[in-house]
Amino acid sequence: MPPSAPSSPTPSSYPLHLAVALDGAGWHPAAWREPGARPDELFTARYWADLVTTAESGLLDFVTIEDSFSLQSARLDGPDGRTDRVRGRLDAVLVASRIAPLTRHIGLVPTATTTHTEPFHVAKAIATLDHVSGGRAGWRVQASRPAENPHFGRRPVGHVQYTDDSPEARAFIEEHFAEAGDFVEVARRLWDSWEDDAEIRDAATERFIDRARLHTVDFDGRWFRVRGPGIVPRPPQGQPLVTLLGHGSVPYRLGARSADIVYATPHDADQARAVVAEIRAAQEEAGRGEERLHVFGDVVVLLGETRAAAQARAARLAERAGEPFTSDAPIFVGTASELADTLLEWRSAGLTGYRLRPAVLPDDLEAVVGALVPELRRRGVFRGTYAPESLRARLGLPRPANRYATTAR
Amino acid sequence: MTESARPRKRIILGAFLSGVNHHTVWSAPEAGSQIAFSSFEHLARTAERGKFDFFFLAEGLALRERSGRVFDQDVVGRPDTLPVLAALAAVTEHLGLVGTLNTTFNEPYELARQLGSLDHLSGGRAGWNVVTSFDAFTGQNFRRGGYLHRDDRYVRADEFLAATHRLWDAWGEEAIVADKESGRFLRRPEDGTELGAFSFQGDQFDISGHFTTPRPPQGRPVILQAGVSPGGRDFAVRRSDAIFSPYRHLDEAQEFYRDIQRRAALAGRAPGEVKILPSASFVLGDTEADAVERHRHIARQQVTGQTAQILLEAVWNRDLSGYDPDGPLPDIDPDPEGPPVIQGRARLHQDAHQTVAEWRALAEAHDYSLRELALHVFGRTDFVGTPRQVADLIDAFVQNDGSDGFILGSHLTPTGLDEFVDRVVPLLQERGALRTEYTGTTLRDNLGL
Ligand SMILES: Cc1cc2nc3c(=O)[nH]c(=O)nc-3n(C[C@H](O)[C@H](O)[C@H](O)COP(=O)(O)O)c2cc1C
Repeated sequence: MPPSAPSSPTPSSYPLHLAVALDGAGWHPAAWREPGARPDELFTARYWADLVTTAESGLLDFVTIEDSFSLQSARLDGPDGRTDRVRGRLDAVLVASRIAPLTRHIGLVPTATTTHTEPFHVAKAIATLDHVSGGRAGWRVQASRPAENPHFGRRPVGHVQYTDDSPEARAFIEEHFAEAGDFVEVARRLWDSWEDDAEIRDAATERFIDRARLHTVDFDGRWFRVRGPGIVPRPPQGQPLVTLLGHGSVPYRLGARSADIVYATPHDADQARAVVAEIRAAQEEAGRGEERLHVFGDVVVLLGETRAAAQARAARLAERAGEPFTSDAPIFVGTASELADTLLEWRSAGLTGYRLRPAVLPDDLEAVVGALVPELRRRGVFRGTYAPESLRARLGLPRPANRYATTAR
Repeated sequence: MTESARPRKRIILGAFLSGVNHHTVWSAPEAGSQIAFSSFEHLARTAERGKFDFFFLAEGLALRERSGRVFDQDVVGRPDTLPVLAALAAVTEHLGLVGTLNTTFNEPYELARQLGSLDHLSGGRAGWNVVTSFDAFTGQNFRRGGYLHRDDRYVRADEFLAATHRLWDAWGEEAIVADKESGRFLRRPEDGTELGAFSFQGDQFDISGHFTTPRPPQGRPVILQAGVSPGGRDFAVRRSDAIFSPYRHLDEAQEFYRDIQRRAALAGRAPGEVKILPSASFVLGDTEADAVERHRHIARQQVTGQTAQILLEAVWNRDLSGYDPDGPLPDIDPDPEGPPVIQGRARLHQDAHQTVAEWRALAEAHDYSLRELALHVFGRTDFVGTPRQVADLIDAFVQNDGSDGFILGSHLTPTGLDEFVDRVVPLLQERGALRTEYTGTTLRDNLGL
């Protein structure tokens, strides 16, 4: 067994957590041509509302919403010019905000980039999503690709790629994640820059706030200085959920230091065990051994009522796409019951939950909700109802104390 | 005077959630949260019930400070504009959603995406009130700090808008084909360029690449502008559909109106194409005497002794906390060149010495104390009276070209607009000055643009 921190979830002793990653028409490049797909509605609120409402009907923990400052592309160095695949996205934070009033329980975790944006803006946007949703907000932290630099014109046009194994590429990745780490630190400080009870509305002393309970954050780092305080009162969760996807040591270390959930992409139980061990070790090293940090497995799911049916769907999609389906994450093709077997097996290796990426929307989301969730409930590992609680609470994360709060007053 | 033969102008109305300013009476027992979404939802639904054109939010990117200490006497704190507007799109159908957003501490690519997204998510109801605050104090919250010189604020704003238009146009009109049969998802632009390709070079921006968001349903979200310097006015007539103006007295408002019409004509805009919308407030009563008494009570809650000192400090630029609000005006001279005493509030660029001289004369003539002077200058409500009187005043102001409508705030969050919608709106509708039903679906439709 990997060294597991005392309060970190251990296999089987906690409920399984399930999230769904929403993106366009689904994660398969030919998903948009499926009979149930709604490719002409991808840029409407109704489409997103329907997806998230479906996810909520399956009592899922949360949805993530993908985003980026560059067009989807089969190439890493810029747009591929293809017109036969879904391209384009709406701002994920605003999609999540648009859906918040239409849902009650499900967590909303949009992607927001750390490379070209302002920590002050992102922190207040996520804090506001938390206010608007009543404590259901999270953030999928993402660093930009170099191809996005000219969109902002404030950094040199870069040529290195994440996938290179050159020293330049490694330095680039280190740097981007170091900036992301500072960015998350600033956001977390800004969320704490108001103590919970700063607003006093004391008519007798003509004071709306107690200014002693507001704090500057005075961050001074390599990429930015931010003074604070923020302009948004502390979010209902105190600290909205911070999550990030990683494929290697650099992001794992960032996650271990700064996140509440790391999404990883192990392809089998052994890899899962190794990834969890690496992240737990980094967590100890970061001095967070006592805190709960989730490690979720990302899995692309393509489901069918029988294995043959799932395989037939996969074949049809591959034919339409004109090439085999590949992904950074493992691709599961099979029945809900087989998927449940796999998820539980990898969970014994230390994963505490999953972020499922539906190959086709809404089909595979509906299969998750209609077949996988009931199967997991039959096995006694998934909730049968939502408790009225914040997203953090659902994930077993405490509402953090405020780093600036003075104890006695 | 003869009535002009032109048809009655239809009054444009925006609703404004008063938050961070001295107009908001937070101490009233019925005052609600300025943060909870339910407050925004209540006000937006009320405005839509009253067939208003749009909902409006102001912006402040740093907490205001007085002599280095955060203001504590007014409402402090507000949620982020764009997420609130996106959420309001879920609980309204017709109401435009206008956010104040600054061109100095944003980048075109990101903001064009956000506004384009809001337009998609609201079915074409997004609007942007462009402001140019550039101060170094606010800059301390941002990567680049207070990098922009005051003289460059509209240079940047102008380039920002030009770049933003290019981004909104980067996808062709009907770029999404989504034909499952043929397998064609996108149509390339007619001119053979790559989908989403854009490029803009100027003094402030040198950007190029590919935009990720399809053309907004309105083509371009509606542009408002707030800022009345000559540079601001020229920017407005070049770039905006409407101006959020501070002129609320009929004579100065008419002068501003004429000036904008003149500048707009020079810029090649058609008459009436640039709408003018002052911010305004109201107090209603069953009788005129009731309304006046209610107003007196509200004004004294808005302009407390401490608030009076702070309002005057903004012009004096000196710490006036030692001056008795019930005593005479400070006898010292203003110090406009000194380090700012009040930070984080849009600066009034006026001649401090002249303003102080005028105030001294006013105080002398009426025997005003410091607070009474502040009440006289800042404690004013534009429309005070019975519902019928207020309807008459609003209509007359618009028909006499003081403006094309108003952005209405109230001293009470979030229920202050209720009585206006219940009691004044029907009177304005009766005389044909306000719509009784929405006829279109977009903010452009609402404004007749
Ligand atoms: C009616 C009105 C409302 C304004 N509202 C805001 C606001 O909400 N946020 C902000 O940063 N600036 C606001 N401003 C400030 C202006 O955008 C601008 O920064 C400032 O007035 C300088 O422009 P000027 O010199 O052309 O007047 C407002 C200005 C006016 C006239």
